[in-house]
Amino acid sequence: MQTSSDKPHVPGPSLWPAGLAVGVIVMLVGIVVAWSLVVIGAVVAIVFAALWVRDVLRGSHITEAPEVEPERRVAAPPAAETAPAAVAGGAERYPRSVFLEVSTLGLGAAIGGLITLPAIGFALGPSLLNQAVPEADLGPVTNFPEGDFIATTFTSNPPEGIVSRRTAFVRYNGLLEQLPSYTIISNHCAHLGCPVQPNGPSVGKSHTWRTVTFQQYDPSGFGCPCHGGQYDIEGNRVAGPPVRALDRYSFNVKNGHLYVGVPFSVAKVVGTGADAQIHKVTYAFPGEHVSGAESWLYPIQPPHDN
Amino acid sequence: MAGRQTTTYERITYPVDWLEERSGLVGGLRYFLYRKVPGDTNWFQTLGSATLTAFLSQAITGTILAMYYKPGPATAYPSILHITNDLWGGWLVRGMHKWGASVFIILMFLHMGRVFLFGAYKYPRELNWIIGCLLLTLGLAEGFTGYLLPWDQTAFWATTVGINLNGTAPFLGPFIAQFLQGGTYINPDTLPRFYAIHMLVLPALIFSLIGLHLYLVVRLGVSSPPWSKEAAGTGPLVPASQNGHSPGLKAGATDA
Repeated sequence: MQTSSDKPHVPGPSLWPAGLAVGVIVMLVGIVVAWSLVVIGAVVAIVFAALWVRDVLRGSHITEAPEVEPERRVAAPPAAETAPAAVAGGAERYPRSVFLEVSTLGLGAAIGGLITLPAIGFALGPSLLNQAVPEADLGPVTNFPEGDFIATTFTSNPPEGIVSRRTAFVRYNGLLEQLPSYTIISNHCAHLGCPVQPNGPSVGKSHTWRTVTFQQYDPSGFGCPCHGGQYDIEGNRVAGPPVRALDRYSFNVKNGHLYVGVPFSVAKVVGTGADAQIHKVTYAFPGEHVSGAESWLYPIQPPHDN
Repeated sequence: MAGRQTTTYERITYPVDWLEERSGLVGGLRYFLYRKVPGDTNWFQTLGSATLTAFLSQAITGTILAMYYKPGPATAYPSILHITNDLWGGWLVRGMHKWGASVFIILMFLHMGRVFLFGAYKYPRELNWIIGCLLLTLGLAEGFTGYLLPWDQTAFWATTVGINLNGTAPFLGPFIAQFLQGGTYINPDTLPRFYAIHMLVLPALIFSLIGLHLYLVVRLGVSSPPWSKEAAGTGPLVPASQNGHSPGLKAGATDA
């Protein structure tokens, strides 16, 4: 940029960088969500980058910076010295030096990018991709008498060890159209993920099957010890800070064993037991609204374990 | 050497002079430590260096704790017990790191309050206020990531809540939460991830920004308190170019 005048210069306002940023963000989201978005983002980014570069090269928007009067409070006499005169004019630029400058910066950027991008990808990728979790075997269905809530603690992903221990409240609802019906409520509070407890006494002693433990409860609902969220017997929020009903697990019955699969989130449940209408949505993190206007705040979900 | 006898003093300071002649570091250090500050600064203006001291204490104790701590879901808690109960002096260094973390956060806020109440964030020091805000954010992130490392029930559930709080941020929240825990749930990768962020990523950023912060303090000078007569022009008349308020600026433009 030529500085023929000693006044500072600033580039004029431009919307092109904002468009470029939007394009890059769409591209990054696309890597996780869908490849078609990557293409759209790339096109947007390239178009706006070209427009921006054209603007900068033209230099028509360069304007003098506005004069700002600095605050003055000291009554001392002004120093006699003056700023050294600006070096007159710019030294003559030769095409070769310009070429070397551009190629040095360009090569540096290319090498930096080659090193940085895989590192950033490795930092982000594993947390967003391949999140599938295997089905967990909860043991013979005889552990779940009809109508009783059994707090069942199981290892959801055995290679991960005890960190993947989960607790679900399992209730067998009897047969619905010749098929077994289970209510499997996750104990992760829909406020911020603390473990909710049954509001009611335990019944009998706990027992285990392999690494799965069972404890029967007689709850009137569920409550969270952290911030006081309260839920009814179907997991609907009745009081406190939670923004939706408790999450549930999908299930499967194979060879007389009950298996839990992917968890899903629930906006609300109408009715009880086998006849309950469950307003099911994709799994969302605790604290996210899944229905109503607030759910628009979370338009894109990262790929969860489903 | 042959021309004249060297004095004892010169022989003692010879290594320092050798270093100074080749690097200028001694002069630089002297300039940093002996630069002039306004005559009416007071004890409140030591809060910044107190915060720096607290951070250095965290850096040193944290480095030593890292020699004994074993990040991993099966090893973290036993290694914490080992440090606290078995190793000689471990209880002390871990205690210094644990309580020093609170001291660091509290001092950051007190320092910020001093800068705000003294109006020391005003022109030309706005950039240093912004850097300070970034340092505050990074310091709080240190507290958040360090809290998980003992890997006990408190750590686990407090981090669960903290991550899910991040998850409720509009639009990008779920992505941030999933990045922080390295998956849909807290998993075996979460602890080493927090450890790496806690002791590599954030400290590197904090050290860099502290460098910038101090550079600007030296360049712009220490501001006078708001009640300063000197800065208001009714005190002893000393040109700012001579009293060292503002080595980088023209006289009359500083002293917010």
